[in-house]
Formats: sequence, structure tokens, C-alpha cells
Amino acid sequence: MSNKLTAKERMAIERVVMAELPADERNKNFEEVNLGLSADQALQEAQRCLQCKNRACVAGCPVGVSIPEFIDALACDDLPRAVQILRGDNALPAVCGRVCPQETQCEALCVRGIKGEAVAIGFLERYVADWAMHHPDRLLREPAPAPTCKSVAVVGCGPAGLTAAGELARQGHAVTIFEALHDTGGVLRYGIPEFRLPKEIIDREVALLSELGVAIECNVIIGKTLTIAQLLKEFSAVFIANGAGLPTMLGIAGENLKGVYAANEFLTRVNLMEAGRREHSSTPIITRREVAVIGGGNTAMDCVRTAKRLGAERAMIVYRRGEAEMPARVEEIKHAKEEGVEFVMLTAPTAIIGGEDGWVSALRCQRMELGPPDDSGRRRPQPVAGSDFDLPAGVVINAVGTSANPLLTATAPDLDLNKWGNIIINDQGETSIPGVFAGGDIVRGGATVILAMGDGKKAAAAIDAYLKGK
Amino acid sequence: MFEVISNEVLAENLHKMVVSAPRIARARKAGQFVMVRLAQGEERIPLTIGDADSEAGTITLFIQAIGASTRRIVATKPGGFIRDVAGPLGKETHIANWGRVTCVGGGVGTAVLFPLVKALAAAGNQITTIIGGRSSRYIILADELTPLSETFLVTTEDGSLGSQGFVTGPLAELLADPERVPQAVFAVGPVPMMKAVANLTRPFGIETIVSLNPIMIDGTGMCGGCRVQIGSETKFACVDGPEFDAHLVDFDGLSDRLSCYRKEEAASHSPTECKIGREVA
Repeated sequence: MSNKLTAKERMAIERVVMAELPADERNKNFEEVNLGLSADQALQEAQRCLQCKNRACVAGCPVGVSIPEFIDALACDDLPRAVQILRGDNALPAVCGRVCPQETQCEALCVRGIKGEAVAIGFLERYVADWAMHHPDRLLREPAPAPTCKSVAVVGCGPAGLTAAGELARQGHAVTIFEALHDTGGVLRYGIPEFRLPKEIIDREVALLSELGVAIECNVIIGKTLTIAQLLKEFSAVFIANGAGLPTMLGIAGENLKGVYAANEFLTRVNLMEAGRREHSSTPIITRREVAVIGGGNTAMDCVRTAKRLGAERAMIVYRRGEAEMPARVEEIKHAKEEGVEFVMLTAPTAIIGGEDGWVSALRCQRMELGPPDDSGRRRPQPVAGSDFDLPAGVVINAVGTSANPLLTATAPDLDLNKWGNIIINDQGETSIPGVFAGGDIVRGGATVILAMGDGKKAAAAIDAYLKGK
Repeated sequence: MFEVISNEVLAENLHKMVVSAPRIARARKAGQFVMVRLAQGEERIPLTIGDADSEAGTITLFIQAIGASTRRIVATKPGGFIRDVAGPLGKETHIANWGRVTCVGGGVGTAVLFPLVKALAAAGNQITTIIGGRSSRYIILADELTPLSETFLVTTEDGSLGSQGFVTGPLAELLADPERVPQAVFAVGPVPMMKAVANLTRPFGIETIVSLNPIMIDGTGMCGGCRVQIGSETKFACVDGPEFDAHLVDFDGLSDRLSCYRKEEAASHSPTECKIGREVA
């Protein structure tokens, strides 16, 4: 296939469809749902890119991936160059190609989307990143950067921390990541299920950072094992990316009944501790016939699809707005529906009902209707009087969100926080403590992997400038 | 990897393990705990730091081995390794000089109580320690606690050591005696014991602090599994505790949540709960 197609020829190509595991098969296991593109599919999809001069798509990418450039290299069948371009901009391309909400970012701005369908940028990113993992011998070797003799401590091994670590290591700084949990990846590992992001992908991306010289120390809780003040004595700069924290409680009766999980606990048990899906895991998980998941974001989708896989006959999303207002990725909603998840829309929980044995038996709900738009621009749900009903459920999962974790900030009194406990940063990503930068959910509150990565990349540039000026 | 330095049997199924963890040993304060995972595939379980030696870089863990996970942990011989030890977690105990303080320990809860007694004694409190157990075989740390306590009392259910009965017996006597009534009470042990202590001291309005042991996964405030009802608020034992005002704790709710995985435990022999204080005093 040639790269020298005319615009008309490019326009004539239809958007690729990625193969998926059949829904009634995959909803019983944790195998990855999306199977990736074949080489032919990837080459053909790459031809659909018009190579626009204004690169609108790049503006939609929080880490600014040189999208037309890597796609052009791919279209020319020059995969080593495509990898070099992609990895130069993105420390975790195999992750982003799987979990980014492309439809609201790069692909939303793709010119092809104006009349028809956007280029499948996410699929192509995944293809190139996966190819790189399987062809290490074909990759272009980058010269090792000259050591700067400056060191940076990164707090948290999630998407923001990993991204910053990669960027800083490429500048020649000595980077150590401190991770509170016993394994790497942060939310990528404990939060995102394997049917969306196999752990092997995280392992491989982390291994690449280790090859760059990034040191990772697990089981170190900054704020507890070591403080920010101690890190500043040992390191030239610090980047705080310790993620989101405490689950937000619903504030309704029955939240402490047995069988009620916060999304983080449910997902951590299954993802990090492998409860319910590996024989050797000694961490248990409660499974019931009816599982109600409260919330409409990606975390809610991850929970409900996990519950389905663990054997729930009725795995239900209970969301107070309508489907159009759901913050979850379009693909997650589509996959969930295909897998048999029930969507109970315009429904708000008012209480969790338990039996005398202390176990959950139902979720008391109220029907809602959409009123005028609220501050977020979405139509505000309003209760419909007299519409109460009980939804039978043996497990209820609260996936409405998290608030800032106080572990680190409690022992760093000089760190300025906003009223929600999130760290305040300036335009450069620097906190109120000189030399200490922050990004990701500890700054933003709950957000996405790619926004956290964007923060990591931006902070790394600011840290590099800070260290060079020192 | 964290090396096991020593592993000693204190009582039936109760081990005292000294583990090399220099950073934790330096940072740790009384009342804090660590999350421990023996090996890949094992659970993360919270264990109170019983003692620490910052010079030697070691922490001491008292582990009651009554479930599959804890049994495998205590089977680790000196020179062997625990894969993951993270901490110190939780808030440190608020130590003040109250004057007269009564410290009540039940079963392995006595091990959790030990660092508190040590810190309270160092702060100049006059301490009455009451330790309870099913029988003399379950009375631990008596030699360590005696020199720290002005008065040291033991109760056993079968009367094999000290006075026969529960820890609440001697405590009730103290409360009724204006000469000996404490200004503060610390209680660590099984939930029914802590609840009984709270109920005893409540009418007297005596500040009473308990150390709770709910189920935890990460121990860093992320999962919310350790939530407990404290008065009208939901608190997370791992970041807000593990110590709370006993008069505000919903002990029945705590008990209930601790029983979440009983069925799974029985089926798979893989319990998930923190085993601190499960022994009935």
C-alpha cells in the first residue's frame, strides 16, 4: 500500500472496526475485550489521515502526541519511526491507546469527523505501541542522555508519576518513584480491569521506564514512611502525584451494611488482589445475583462489568441523569450494554435497605426527570414525587467519586491546599513549597488517566527548567 | 523484601515477630500499624506495630495466627522474608499526662496496648493495667507490662490466672472508687470487650479510647473498606484512626462488618480480617 494516495482516495476509506471478543463469551472472563488491529487494518486506517497542516487533533491531546506524524510514519510502513515519534511524546502509549476517551479529545477534533467518522487515532496508537512491545529488536535506539547529576523524587507510580518519571529520565535526571502500594501502576493496576487494560501492558510500559534508569520503590508511603521534608533533603526536586483518595460517601442510610462497597475497594480486591479470578488469590470478594452500581462514569462501568464477570445475573448501573449525560466513555457504555449490563437511568438512590442479618437486600430509589442545565451544563435531575421503588440487590457499589487523600498533605503543613484538600499549584505545576511540584488527581480531584499524564508531562518540563536554573 | 529477624511463640497461636524495616522503625509512633503481604497472591492485612527499635531498624509485630494468611505469615522462620511491609499507617496515639490512666487489654489486643502503655508511662501517667484472656495461656506480655504499671491486674474466664471473670470486673471496681477512678481509659481487644468497657465508663464521662480493627485492603485511605460509624460521621479507621472515642463508636456495626467474609473464610480457609483482638477476653 502506498502513502501517496490522493485526498479523495483517502476520503473513500471507511473507518476501521476493531475486532472484539463476543459479548456473551467475554462477560464471563477477564480477557481483553478489544483485540487490536491487524497490520493491514492499521495501514489502511493510517491512510485515512489527511495530514492536515493545522493538526487540530494534536491540540486535543493532553500530552500533545504528534499525531499526524506518527500516523504518516505508520502509513509509510515505517513502524520504528512511528514508535520513536509516539514514545517521544507519550510515556505510556499502549495504555493511552486503550483507556483514553479519544472521542472527546483528539478524535473529536479530527477533520474527518466533520463529515463522517474521525480517524481511529486511539486504535492506531495502540497498534504502534503494541508493535513496539513485540519488536524490541527493531526499535531505533535513542542515545542515553548525559547525566545531569540532579535527582527527582516522584510520589506515586500512577499515570502522572510514570509520565513525569519518563520525561525527566530522558533529560538525564536521576528519578526515583515512591509507591505506597506493593505494585506499580497506581490506578492503572488497582482501578482499571484487565478486560480493558491487561496487567502485562502496565508491566511492559513500566519495564521501559526502568530501562531508562527510573528506580521504583514500592511500599513507601510519602507522608508516613518518609515526609516531603525528608525527600527535599535527598532530592533536587519532588513531583507529587499520589492520586485520588477517600471514597465519597453517598450520605444515605445503610451505607455500612454488609455487601456495600466503595468502587475502589471492589476494584482493588479484584484487580490488584485478584479476588474472584485467580485461584491463588487469598483475598475474598462478595458476589451476588443482583449487583447495583451507583454512578455513570468509567469507574462505574468498570465495576458493573466486573460484577457481571464475577457471575451477577443482573448487573445494573443506577444513574440519576440520562445516558446522554453519562461521563463514561462511549465505548465502555457500548461494551457494557453488549455484555448484558442493565442501565437504570434517571434514578437516584435514597437509601440502602438491609435485612435483619445486616446484609444488603435492596437499593431504595427515586425516579428523576431532567430540569434546566446546572453549573456543569448538564440538565439537572429533579426527583419525581411519589416515584420511590426498591431495586433488589445483594451487592451495592458506590462509584460516585473520591475526595483528596490527606495522608501526604497532613504531614506537609507548608503545602497550600484548596478547600477540598487538593494541592494548589501555579501555572508551572509548582506547589507553595519551592522545588515541589504536583499533578494528577491530588491536584484535580478525580479526573482521567490522560489528564494526569498531561500534568506529569507539563510538570516534568517545569522541573527540568527548575533544575537547569538551579 | 523484609527480613524476619526473630519469631517467637508467646502463647497458643500468638507469635512475636521482629522484622527488619528501618524506615518504618524510624518513623513509627505508638498506635500505628503496617500493612503486610507475605507473598504474591496473599492478602494485605493490617498489623499493629507493637514496638520498634530505630537503631536496629526493626519493628515488632504481634500476630495471632488463626486464619490461613496469618498462619502462613507466622510460619516464616528467622532469616526468611515478608514480601511487603508498608507503613507506619494510621494516626499516632494522642499521649498526654492525664494523671491516672487505666489500660485494658483483651487477648492479642494486649499486644496493641503495649506500646500505648509504654508511651503513657513515659508521659508520667500512673497506670493501672488490666489484662484479660480465656485462660492463663492467653495472657501475654505480663512481664513487659508489669514494670510500666503502678497496678497490674489479670482476669481469666476460667480463673487459671488472676481473678476469674472479665476485665470489666476490676474496671468497674476502679470506677466506683473515688480514690482510684481514672481520668482516661484505653481499651484494646475484641469488639464485645471494647463495647463493654465503653458502656461502663460512659456514665462517668471518662475519656475512653479504643483501637479498632476493621477489614482493610490498602490501609492508605483509598478503598473505604475500613469505614466505621463514629457518632453521626462515617470515618476511615486507616486514616482517621485506628483510635477513636469509645463513646461514639458503633460497635455493633463494626462487629457486623467484621463478619462480612466469614462464609468465604470457612469455604476457602482464607480469612481477610485483621486478627488483632479477635480472642474473646
